[in-house]
Amino acid sequence: MTNQEANDLILDIKNLKVRYETQDGIVRAVNGIDLTLRKKRTLGLVGETGAGKTTTALAIMRLVPDPPGIVECDKLEISGQDILSLPENKLEHVRGNDISMIFQDPMTALNPVFTVGDQIAESLEIHEHLSSKDAKERAGDMLELVGIPRERANEYPHQFSGGMKQRVVIAIALACNPQLLLADEPTTALDVTIQAQVLELMNELKEKYDTSMIMITHDLGCVAEVCDEVAVMYAGRIVEEGTLEDVFNRTLHPYTEGLFNSLPNIKDRKAKLKPIKGLMPDPTNLPVGCSFAPRCNYVSDACLKAQPQLRSISQTHRVACTAYDNPEFHIERRIL
Amino acid sequence: MYRYILKRLLMLIPVLLGVAFLIFAIMDVAAGDPVYSVAGADATPEQIEALREKMGLNGSLIERYIRYIGNLLKGDLGTSYISKLDVMKVYLQRLPNTLKLATLTMIVAVGMAIPLGITAAVHQNSIRDTTSMVLALIGLSMPNFWLGLLLILFFSLKLGWFPTGGSEGFRSIVLPAITVGTSLAALLTRTTRSSMLDVLRQDYLRTARAKGVSERNVIQKHALRNALIPIITIFGVQFSNVLGGSVLAETVFAWPGVGRLVVDAIDQRDIPTVTGALVMTTMLVTIVNLLVDLVYAFVDPRIKAQYTK
Repeated sequence: MTNQEANDLILDIKNLKVRYETQDGIVRAVNGIDLTLRKKRTLGLVGETGAGKTTTALAIMRLVPDPPGIVECDKLEISGQDILSLPENKLEHVRGNDISMIFQDPMTALNPVFTVGDQIAESLEIHEHLSSKDAKERAGDMLELVGIPRERANEYPHQFSGGMKQRVVIAIALACNPQLLLADEPTTALDVTIQAQVLELMNELKEKYDTSMIMITHDLGCVAEVCDEVAVMYAGRIVEEGTLEDVFNRTLHPYTEGLFNSLPNIKDRKAKLKPIKGLMPDPTNLPVGCSFAPRCNYVSDACLKAQPQLRSISQTHRVACTAYDNPEFHIERRIL
Repeated sequence: MYRYILKRLLMLIPVLLGVAFLIFAIMDVAAGDPVYSVAGADATPEQIEALREKMGLNGSLIERYIRYIGNLLKGDLGTSYISKLDVMKVYLQRLPNTLKLATLTMIVAVGMAIPLGITAAVHQNSIRDTTSMVLALIGLSMPNFWLGLLLILFFSLKLGWFPTGGSEGFRSIVLPAITVGTSLAALLTRTTRSSMLDVLRQDYLRTARAKGVSERNVIQKHALRNALIPIITIFGVQFSNVLGGSVLAETVFAWPGVGRLVVDAIDQRDIPTVTGALVMTTMLVTIVNLLVDLVYAFVDPRIKAQYTK
C-alpha cells in the first residue's frame, strides 16, 4: 500500500470477532474479518440473514449490546483514529458525526414520541453545537435533501409512510456529513419502486458529500447499483472479496455462485431457480472446516479438515476456498 | 383536542349523576331510618312525621334523589345530622388538607419510584435490580399504620424533627406523606421497571445511540418518555385514591383530612356528610381521570392523534 492509499483509508479493521454469550451457548456471529475502505468508495457487504453483516456494522459503531455481546479486534480505525480504545464519552463524539448508520427497519428505527424534525436536529445539536432554532432549520434542509417538504418537520413518525420514514432515517444519518456511512439493508423494508428511489437518493448524496459507505444487503441488484467493492460474508467470515467486476463477472467462491444462481432470470423464465440447498450452520456450533462445505457442490475431504484462508487471486480479488489449491479448479457459473 | 375535552367534560355529567344515585341508594338501604335516631325513643308518630318533613326525608327514593341533585346544583350538600353544620363548608374545610397530603404523597412516591424503577430496568438482573425490587416488595407489604408508627417513633420521638401529628404547617405533613408515599412507590417502581424494560429493547434507542446521544439522555429522554404511559396510568389511579383520603395515615397522624371525615361520619350514621363527601370525591376523581387522559396526549402524539379524530 502506498502512502497516498494509507492516507485515504477511512476504515481499517483487522481480525474482528464478535460473539454473543447467551444461556443457550456462545453464538459466534463474526469470526475474524478484515475490512478496509478508502475515501469515497462503497463496499457491499453481502450474505444471507445471519451471516454477521449487521453485527459487523454494529461492532464498527461499538454498539454491540454488552452483555451478551463481546467484541475482540486487533485493529479498528476510522480515518486513523483508534475506535476500539475510546472511552464511552469520546465514542459519543464519533457516533453520528464521523460514522453514521442507517438502520434496517424504518418502522421501528424512529422514536414515536418526537417529531422527525427534532430527531434530525438532535445530532446537529450534539455534534455541531447548533442552537435548537438553527438545528431545526438545518433539519428542514436535510428533509428537503431527501425529498420531504420541510413543513413536515413538525410531524411525528406515525404520520409518515414506510418509504418516507426510511428517508427520515437517512436524513438523520447524513445530518452531520459523516465520513463513513453504514447502511444496513436500507431498502429491504420498502416497495421496489421506493427502493429504486432510495438507492438513487443515496448515490446522489454519496457523490455530493464524498461519503464512504458500507452497504449491507442480501440484494445483489442493489449491490450492482451502488457498490465499487464487494465482500461476501458467510457464517461470520468473508469468503470472497474484490471489486464489483471481480465478484460479479469473475466469481470464484461456490457460495457466491450459489447466490447468483438463486436469482430469478427474466430472460429464461423456464429455467428453474437453483437455490443453495440446506441452511447456514448453527453459529453456536460451527464446523471445524469450511463453514460452507455442508452445502457446497464442490466439496472434498480437504474442505472438512481446516478453515480455508483468504488467498489473493489478483491484486484486488481474494477468495477463501480450499478447492483453489488445485490450479485447474473452476466453478460452473457462466459469465454473461 | 378542545372538542375532545368538551366531550369528556359533558360525559362527566351522567357519571356524576349515576355515582350520586348509587351512593344515595346504598346509604338509604344501609343506614336505616335516621329520623328515629334523631327524634329519640319517646317521640310521637306526629313528631316523627314532622321531623321527617323538616329533614327532607319524605317522599320516595327517586323524589329525594331529584331534590338532592337540585340542591347539589346550587352547591348545597345538606346539613350534618350530628354537628348541624353545612356539609359543603365542612368538606371544603377538610379538602385543602387532603389535597396537600395527596400532592406531597405523590411527589414522594414518584421521587422514589422513577429512579428506582429506571435503575432496576437499566441494570436488569444485577444487584441494583434485586435491591430495588426487594425495597419495592417491602414497601408493598408493609402495613401503612405500622410504617407510620415507626416513623413517629424514630423521627418524632427520638430525633424530634417532625411533630407526631396534627396539622401545623409543612413539617406535620412530611411523615404522613412518606408513610403513604412509600406504599404507593412500590407499585409505581414495578410499573416503571417493566415499562422501561419493554422500551429498552426498542430499535429507536439504538438509533439514538448511533446519533451520538449520551447514554444518560438515551435513558432519560428517549426511553423514559416512551415508558411513561403505564406509569401515568398507575399514578392517576393512586392519586385518585389518596384524594379520597388516606384513612389509616390520617388516623395515625391525627391529620384532619377527607378520609377521616367520611369514616367518622359513617360511624355516626351522618348520612348527609357521607353522601356529600363521596359525591365531591367522585367529582375530583373523574377530573383527575380526565387530566390523566390529557397528559397521555401530551406525552404520546399517537394518542393525541386519536383524540383529535
